[in-house]
Amino acid sequence: MSAPVVRAEGLDLTFATGDGSVHALSDVSLDIGRGEFVSFIGPSGCGKTTFLRCVAGLETPTGGTLEVNGMSPDAARQARAYGYVFQAAGLYPWRTIAGNVALPLEIMGFAKADRRQRVEEALALVDLGGFAGKFPWQLSGGMQQRASIARALAFDADILLMDEPFGALDEIVRDRLNEELLALWARTGKTMLFVTHSIPEAVYLSTKIVVMSPRPGRISDVIESPLPAERPLDIRDSAEFIAVAHRVREGLRAGMEAL
Amino acid sequence: MSDAPLSAPSGGIGRSARVAAVARGMGHRAGPVVAVVAVLVAIWYAACLPMNVGNTLLQAERAGAVVTPEGPAARRQMGSVALMAANPSLLPGAWSLERPRLPAPHQVAVALWDGVAGQSVTSARSLVYHAWVTLSATLLGFAIGTGLGILLAVGIVHSRVMEMSVMPWAIVSQTVPIIAIAPMIIVVLYSVGVQGIVPKAVISAYLSFFPVVVGMVTGFRSPDAMQLDLLRTYAATRAQIFGKLRLPASLPYLFASLKIGVAASLVGAIVAELPTGAQAGLGARLLAGSYYGQNIQIWAALFAAALLAAGLVGLIGLVERGLLARMGMGQ
Repeated sequence: MSAPVVRAEGLDLTFATGDGSVHALSDVSLDIGRGEFVSFIGPSGCGKTTFLRCVAGLETPTGGTLEVNGMSPDAARQARAYGYVFQAAGLYPWRTIAGNVALPLEIMGFAKADRRQRVEEALALVDLGGFAGKFPWQLSGGMQQRASIARALAFDADILLMDEPFGALDEIVRDRLNEELLALWARTGKTMLFVTHSIPEAVYLSTKIVVMSPRPGRISDVIESPLPAERPLDIRDSAEFIAVAHRVREGLRAGMEAL
Repeated sequence: MSDAPLSAPSGGIGRSARVAAVARGMGHRAGPVVAVVAVLVAIWYAACLPMNVGNTLLQAERAGAVVTPEGPAARRQMGSVALMAANPSLLPGAWSLERPRLPAPHQVAVALWDGVAGQSVTSARSLVYHAWVTLSATLLGFAIGTGLGILLAVGIVHSRVMEMSVMPWAIVSQTVPIIAIAPMIIVVLYSVGVQGIVPKAVISAYLSFFPVVVGMVTGFRSPDAMQLDLLRTYAATRAQIFGKLRLPASLPYLFASLKIGVAASLVGAIVAELPTGAQAGLGARLLAGSYYGQNIQIWAALFAAALLAAGLVGLIGLVERGLLARMGMGQ
């Protein structure tokens, strides 16, 4: 196996707040290989988002080591190692969809012709080719989130960090976007780190499921998915799928009982 | 004849429905506005009667009319209402006095029209001339105040030290009555050789920078934490964060500030004309009117100032609508 894309070793993070300190991450060790699709699941306060933010260099761990592409998270960010998708699309209302996707490219100093081509490719990847000239308010919530994924893909980073990207969408839209995300992952071969609080979503998408539990935030189980790479939506009714989902649920329950 | 009762009502219904639709459309907008204006004008006309009754009876007596009671000395002992009740037929004279305490609306309208359209625009009697004098100082002061306000807001958003050292002074500056500080600013500037339009513009800027600072600080800070995190993941510089996010996000706040700021600028320019005995400008017109007891002139100048302010605010509103629509933010 090649060197891991993300390597965490005994990661610790304590937030100092007004009424005492919060132990957000405790002794988190995890290796993520190239091209894996890793979901982080757990109740709120389990540190799944915090871990993602540490990988992105948005939070600084108070202990342990964390490497992204063999570099510190800050260096990895400077090297444009990852694209980040937030829970809300966060598109700029004053920019068209194409303008929003071009935003990281402008900041990173891509040439204008290159920008136009990359925007076109990124929008095609999320099936928004015909909406380049539209403003965000003219698109549905699901389409806005797809545009924000295109924005994260535009500069072709190897890693995609997604923090509950479909959490605010309804079940039907979410199913379709999950299917599209898998197709996108298969086509691009990117390494995915995906935070969710939905068990079916985690099982359906992932090659590896990291179950986390709160107070302090820690990993309670890591499940390598036995599901095949090709996953139609109805795989969710298969015995294998249900078995994995059951193990995730057991892991979540064990984490809660340990409190 | 037999089908007339049938066709006539149907035609009538069609027409009345259309009329009703038009009336509803008007009724939602113009109707209440017109009604409010009508009520205000009526109150104004009514208020002229008690305000001007003494003067009215004096004029009438001099012109040979019979006034009860006779003689100004006797009337001075009575209240306005009693005088009005004693001389009902003479009351309409209160709306056409040459030097009323409170001029009637039509007198002000005539003076305003005469001042705007009836004079050469270079004449000292022209309200256009005086309005231009004030407007030029207003616009210069507004430009200075807006520029200064935006600069201060940029500094305050980017520097904690600047926020703690500038913001309290900006707030204190607005608690000092402008009428007290305006003469001092003019005297100080005069002593260093600055006069003419600049001192007026400085006072104008003094009033208009504050709403711009407050509005723009809020506007520059309007992007939420997620938006800022997103730009951090791109390793954006502070200048890029400002140019790509904070500045465009602040535009709706800017226009709200500009509307308050431009009205404050006009007030500043008028106030600046008062303590200096300025020869020209709407402030000078107000002052001259009060020296010579020309209340009609005062009211005409007041309305000219109000119309000017409304025009400036409306102009900013137009620019706002056009710009925000072009940016995709117009609703």
